[in-house]
Amino acid sequence: MAPDVKDDDGAAQRFRTAALPYLDDVYTLARYLLRDPHDADDAVQECFLRAFRHFATFRGGAIKPWLLAILRNVCRAEYARRHASAFMQSDEDNAAEDCAQGIWQEAAPSPEAETLRHLDAASVQRLIADLPPLFRETLVLREFNDLSYREIAEVIGAPVGTVMSRLARARALLQAAWLAEEKET
Amino acid sequence: MSCDDVLIHALIDGELDAGHARTVEAHIAGCARCTRQVAAYRALRQALPVRELRYAAPASLRARIERTVPVPARTDRRTLLKGFFAGGAVSALAAASVAFVVIRQGRDDVILGEAISAHLRSLQADHLTDVPSTDRHTVKPWFNGRIDLAPPVIDLTGQGFTLVGGRLDFIDGKPAAAIVYRRRVHVINLFVGQGLGVRTRAPRLEVVQGFNVLRWNEGGLDLLAVSDLNRDELEEFGAKFIAAGRGATS
Repeated sequence: MAPDVKDDDGAAQRFRTAALPYLDDVYTLARYLLRDPHDADDAVQECFLRAFRHFATFRGGAIKPWLLAILRNVCRAEYARRHASAFMQSDEDNAAEDCAQGIWQEAAPSPEAETLRHLDAASVQRLIADLPPLFRETLVLREFNDLSYREIAEVIGAPVGTVMSRLARARALLQAAWLAEEKET
Repeated sequence: MSCDDVLIHALIDGELDAGHARTVEAHIAGCARCTRQVAAYRALRQALPVRELRYAAPASLRARIERTVPVPARTDRRTLLKGFFAGGAVSALAAASVAFVVIRQGRDDVILGEAISAHLRSLQADHLTDVPSTDRHTVKPWFNGRIDLAPPVIDLTGQGFTLVGGRLDFIDGKPAAAIVYRRRVHVINLFVGQGLGVRTRAPRLEVVQGFNVLRWNEGGLDLLAVSDLNRDELEEFGAKFIAAGRGATS
């Protein structure tokens, strides 16, 4: 880099030190949100570029949720672009949530749920990838990114109560899918 | 308390304070259904091979990011130039006239692209407004203290454009006020900010990534209306907004 931009170099160095350790976290979320390795690559790169560009406006606190929120925005924009109408996407999400809430009320656990058989990682990845988007992202943020409920709320821009109900639904759906998978195999 | 799986998950995740945790545990102890649920969800979490389910970023991606990130922040322009001149070892003086065009174009694209992204983000569930209100006397003061400018908030409901609310957004790294209107099922995001590269008072319409964008400058503020509304109606929106703004002393 040119020597006349020491301050910027300093900022770049600070950004690298702070943000790069979370590259795998960001990449994991991108893989689950976009379900395509190439799109995930692009989204993660765009995320780090944007994050770096806006690093001056980062007000401290935990940087991981901040990065994941940027990644999520990149992915949602990409997703909306892929689907002609962004309205349809949000309607789809709402419908998924409504319908899930319906099932939720009547969901009675089966006793055998306590003994889940082991599934290989690829199968579990597929089960998670098949969850509706809003539940999938909440589950991934919790289980793989290790965020607290409050941090998840920050990332997805929703109240903590919404995070809690989505996470409960996500696990119930995953459990049901897991049991169905066991029966098949 | 009654059976509540949401609280069971919060307990398993260690998200309850001591008092609530005791209450929930006491309930679970006396409830066969919830005891089963707790066991089932603990089993599910244990069965998740978390380590194997995480992805590691490919080395090529890491290298690409490491290459791009150290570029100083204000050199989006430089990156563009570098690509343009393949190496960038060209005398800036000789390239000045060409560079100017490249820079303007690049900045403009960035701003328009971010306005479209902000518009798309706003259409996702729960993102449209921070202050949902059809009353401009509610929306306008909401921006006080949140942003260093007073965005013109104009009620055009009587003219077919319903005010839905306001939102704080970011374009090109700078805060911008988003005033949200609706025309039938179409959302119009009117971004108001400074330094968004608008140079004319007369509104100009462009098509960007399939969206119509109408831009104009008024009293030192840059305004960008973004919508999937057809161009005639978006131009009508701009004309009515400007006429109402110049007529009234809001």
